[in-house]
Amino acid sequence: MAKVLMKGNEAIGEAAVLAGCRYYFGYPITPQSELPAYLARRLPEVDGVFVQAESEVAAINMVYGAGSAGARVMTSSSSPGISLKQEGISYIAGAEVPCLIVNVMRGGPGLGNIAPAQSDYWQATRGGGHGDYRTIVLAPNSVQEMADMTIAGFEFADRFRNPVLLLSDGVLGQMMEPVNLPEPRDYDVNSKKWALGYKGSDKTERNLCSSIFLDQDELEEHNWHLYQKYQVVTDLFSKGEFKDFAVEEHLCDDAEIILVGYGIISRILKTVVEKCRKRGIKAGMVRPKVLWPFPTGVFERLAKTASQFLVVEMSCGQMVEDVKLSVDGKKPVFFFGRTGGTVPSDFEILNEVDKLVRPD
Amino acid sequence: MTMKKVFSRPASLSKTPFHYCPGCDHGVIHRLVAEAIDELEVADRTIGVAPVGCSVFAYDYFNFDFNQAPHGRAPAVATGIKRTRPESIVFTYQGDGDLAAIGTAEIIHAANRGENMTVVFVNNAIYGMTGGQMAPTSLIGMKTQTSPYGRDAATAGHPIHMSEMIATLESPVYVTRVTINNVANLMKAKKAILNAFKLQKEGKGFAFVEVVAICPTNWGKKPADAHKWLTENMLPVFPLGTFKDTHGVEKAA
Repeated sequence: MAKVLMKGNEAIGEAAVLAGCRYYFGYPITPQSELPAYLARRLPEVDGVFVQAESEVAAINMVYGAGSAGARVMTSSSSPGISLKQEGISYIAGAEVPCLIVNVMRGGPGLGNIAPAQSDYWQATRGGGHGDYRTIVLAPNSVQEMADMTIAGFEFADRFRNPVLLLSDGVLGQMMEPVNLPEPRDYDVNSKKWALGYKGSDKTERNLCSSIFLDQDELEEHNWHLYQKYQVVTDLFSKGEFKDFAVEEHLCDDAEIILVGYGIISRILKTVVEKCRKRGIKAGMVRPKVLWPFPTGVFERLAKTASQFLVVEMSCGQMVEDVKLSVDGKKPVFFFGRTGGTVPSDFEILNEVDKLVRPD
Repeated sequence: MTMKKVFSRPASLSKTPFHYCPGCDHGVIHRLVAEAIDELEVADRTIGVAPVGCSVFAYDYFNFDFNQAPHGRAPAVATGIKRTRPESIVFTYQGDGDLAAIGTAEIIHAANRGENMTVVFVNNAIYGMTGGQMAPTSLIGMKTQTSPYGRDAATAGHPIHMSEMIATLESPVYVTRVTINNVANLMKAKKAILNAFKLQKEGKGFAFVEVVAICPTNWGKKPADAHKWLTENMLPVFPLGTFKDTHGVEKAA
């Protein structure tokens, strides 16, 4: 297929359709509004369903219903709206229903603003809602990856029967880049034997989709079952099948300072690394592409060869905690961030690097 | 002399013993739902959505697929299910705290979209599961855990009339309020629930049946006294009747 010039938000929409997603439930919020607008037009063309819900709360619960009935289903929103969805995400994780949730992050807390930010990292990677659960969190850094990770997200969701969060931001949502779109895949709503309304001769008893386990022993057993599933996911992303998918390394082998950033920040960091190299500073970059499970292994390894780490985020410092946990005190980990909707420039970051490598 | 079986458990009702308090109306209303599903021969494609509240375990008492929804969100969950599997018969079973308080937005908008689903709304004017707190449908002066001096209209407003509100919307095709305080009303309630499912089976749209019911435990009354109290106090506030019947399903019957 030829390359198409698309906005990040639209690329997610088209990729969802190509992934076999036929159900979208959402509520308008900036800066992700192009995504529901795209799907409102596109889904009817493929006999899909688009519903503009009365609230984010309703939208995520429609996702819960559709996912429990076997649909490949998604919703999208931006930071304040994702906060509203947390109740539903907790139920969806508890009931082990697959779905894709897109967060095109904007400045917070509260109503904040509509400019790009990365301040929902904790909410995304620590669960967000109540209870012992995890969501798989994918962090694209280009319009191409918005598409690719949308498709991968549906696959991960179905494979692990778990909600998957695509953590993007206002820059990625709004910017236009050429995208290579894959061939469409078929998805059969009747392919999940556990789903409500599943029809098959192998259905021997009725199906139930629930997150309530009133007996404490049963809930403990369920929570350990979820925990074990999360361990399997962690292993696959840290040393198994998706090891390479989980992290990008750039010029790290001989690097003395490792710059760390996810999403749009990694694009800026790549420029900073180039400029550092031209100036004789041995800099490298690590970009976590999956934020949960966090790629701790790469940091454990680089803590042996590099002398320091600089984490850059569009927040007051959230992912930096995971980097520190991974480096485990073996090397110093520094932080530079801009918050409230400001994107740091390569020049600002280069200044920070200078201060660290030339401390006088 | 040959014997004929004239009364038995509906096939859609499971053998699990009800956990409900003695005298509670939920068991009877569950049975009416199961009878409707059986009579319409749709058990193999029915999906229920259980609420949060006393009937949170409703899924245990039926023999078909079920989702257990977050508090108040059953109509949104049911929307997702029905849109995914339009051939299914989808219903929510909700109490007054679930439907008329925390889930007001979800019920109003599912009704307004005209989702082709059935809602069974059990209104007993109190939160049962949490131990008897004031509900949006509690009567003026009604004493509960959270209205110990009686519900005061000045600070807590008036009992909310969900059927009347929903009947103002254009999309719903059937909105009715029934009760099961005596045999005649029980038979009317059975008919109403059957109508509501029949309309869905025919693809006609959103049907809403409010059942005015008792909560002997949290009302602090014996079941018979509770039904008497319901008749004398609740029915004047929540009058029985059909507020909307677009397809004339009651006349046709």
